[in-house]
Amino acid sequence: MSASVTPQPAVGRHGHHSEEVILSLEARARAIRRAVVTMVHGAGSGHPGGSLSAADILAALYFHQLRIDPAQPHWEERDRFILSKGHAAPALYAALAMRGFFPESELITLRRLDSRLQGHPDRNKTPGVEMTAGALGHGLPIGAGLALAARLNGATYRTYVLLGDGEIQAGVVWEGAMAAAKYHLDNLTAILDFNGVQLDGMVADIMPLEPVAEKWRSFGWHVLEIDGHNMRQILDALDHAARIHAMPTIIVARTVKGKGVSFMENRSAWHGRAPTQEQYQQAMAELADPEVKHG
Amino acid sequence: MAEMESVRVAYGRALAEYGAENEDVVVLDADVSASTQSHYFGSKFPNRFFNVGIAEAGMVDVAVGLALGGKVPFVNSFAFLLAFRAAEQIRTCIAYSRVNVKLAAHYAGLSDSFDGPTHQAISDVAAMRGLPEMTVVVPADATEARLAVKAAAEYPGPVYLRLCRNELPVLFDDSHPFQIGKGVTLRRGGDVTLVSTGVMVGRSLEAAEELGRLGIDARVVEMHTVKPLDVELLVEAARETGCIVTAEEHSVIGGLGGAVAEALGERAPVPVVRVGIRDRFAETGPYFDLLDRYGMAVADVVSAARRAIAMKRER
Repeated sequence: MSASVTPQPAVGRHGHHSEEVILSLEARARAIRRAVVTMVHGAGSGHPGGSLSAADILAALYFHQLRIDPAQPHWEERDRFILSKGHAAPALYAALAMRGFFPESELITLRRLDSRLQGHPDRNKTPGVEMTAGALGHGLPIGAGLALAARLNGATYRTYVLLGDGEIQAGVVWEGAMAAAKYHLDNLTAILDFNGVQLDGMVADIMPLEPVAEKWRSFGWHVLEIDGHNMRQILDALDHAARIHAMPTIIVARTVKGKGVSFMENRSAWHGRAPTQEQYQQAMAELADPEVKHG
Repeated sequence: MAEMESVRVAYGRALAEYGAENEDVVVLDADVSASTQSHYFGSKFPNRFFNVGIAEAGMVDVAVGLALGGKVPFVNSFAFLLAFRAAEQIRTCIAYSRVNVKLAAHYAGLSDSFDGPTHQAISDVAAMRGLPEMTVVVPADATEARLAVKAAAEYPGPVYLRLCRNELPVLFDDSHPFQIGKGVTLRRGGDVTLVSTGVMVGRSLEAAEELGRLGIDARVVEMHTVKPLDVELLVEAARETGCIVTAEEHSVIGGLGGAVAEALGERAPVPVVRVGIRDRFAETGPYFDLLDRYGMAVADVVSAARRAIAMKRER
């Protein structure tokens, strides 16, 4: 049965993005990662693993793809981005601050009393946060609703939803997936941060998701599979998704939980835990920009 | 006997009618539009009607997205499914997130009587009332259901609109002053106040007549909005009549009775006797017979009033 499914070719062969753009976004992703580690260390709690796995995707979205204006966070025609895996809030906050939605100096207030940066994203508190998230499973059906509203309003914005892999174990995600397919929501792009690790262990052990691409295809979605740490593939997939007609697209991004910090990579222990001072220093050294590293 | 009118049909027709007035209204249903009567809207405005199948949780989240996109969604399903299956969606994405979604919760109380306790909703008001930011409205007849559609649509923020499946006696005409958050005194009286919602409003009026025959002068206050509660009206009633009976088609735990007891305990402590289902599930049977069997007969309101008055005198 599975033999009949042709794997999608890796996108990016026809990529037109310049080396300069790629390098700049890669640098941005490193900066997001450093901010994540600094914020979680400062807060003494939080979720570094899933924030680090999503950093490249967030850099691509906020510094290249999304049509947004930090000066007008409620601009009607803005693209909508929902971080459905709300525990990656530190990475989202870092991207928003660096993009100019609020001062970067505020990042260190994460999880503090009176902070605008709640433990999980709050649409009513943080400029640029499209939707409150944290309880998993909501982002995709909500994104479908936003995409439907765009169609009803004749609006041209696109809606993007970033999902966690463990998150799609929740049945309500598939309710949203069916609705998006039924209504042919080609203005909706989901991205699956498939890092393979969840709170209690490996996704494959807790509740296996493979063959994940076939699942989405059978639900009526166009599926792209990429390396979620390859900036060129991320950009090309986002472009590709926007050209698909009459069906929603999901980009299955294969990622590494804790990406960029050697002792966090692929370890469920780093799903939700803050680094010690010593670990923090090591992480920051590993995440330094190359010229700094070698300089 | 008063004229009877279907609450759900009144709701469905009013929603379709209001849809012409307000183009932002969109309607969602989870495969029960023939029951909830949202089909009236669906056939009139097919492009603004979304039947998402048997997926209540997903439906609520899709509605959240539509609301974020500027629409005014009315989500339709059975009360027990909205309040319990979709409870977390409602809590996180509507209440906490402060998103403007209207929840039309049908077949509430015992009104899906023959389908039995799996389909009846006797704890939904407690669940919804416990959510910050949530407004809970329980119409007493078809007229109020009609008026509530427009009122809910134009009310800023989430509303849980709890609707009966059945025909109920028509108590009000369209000049009825229906305003979310404002209770209505339907009958003056100085010995006891009967505070009620939904089907129990009509029954409380009957009980007041019965009490009158016993020489007891009962006030009747209709509290169609259980949250935010019209505390000022209640405090006035408590001070002037010295005791209160609450009557609702719901568990006595956490619904109108709970809300009234909480409010008066802090503001004007007087005896409060609650009429409702006594912390148990009901069963299958004819609707009005079930109400009688499970403690919501007119006679139950009458005896509760006498008990409340006796307690007042003992103080």
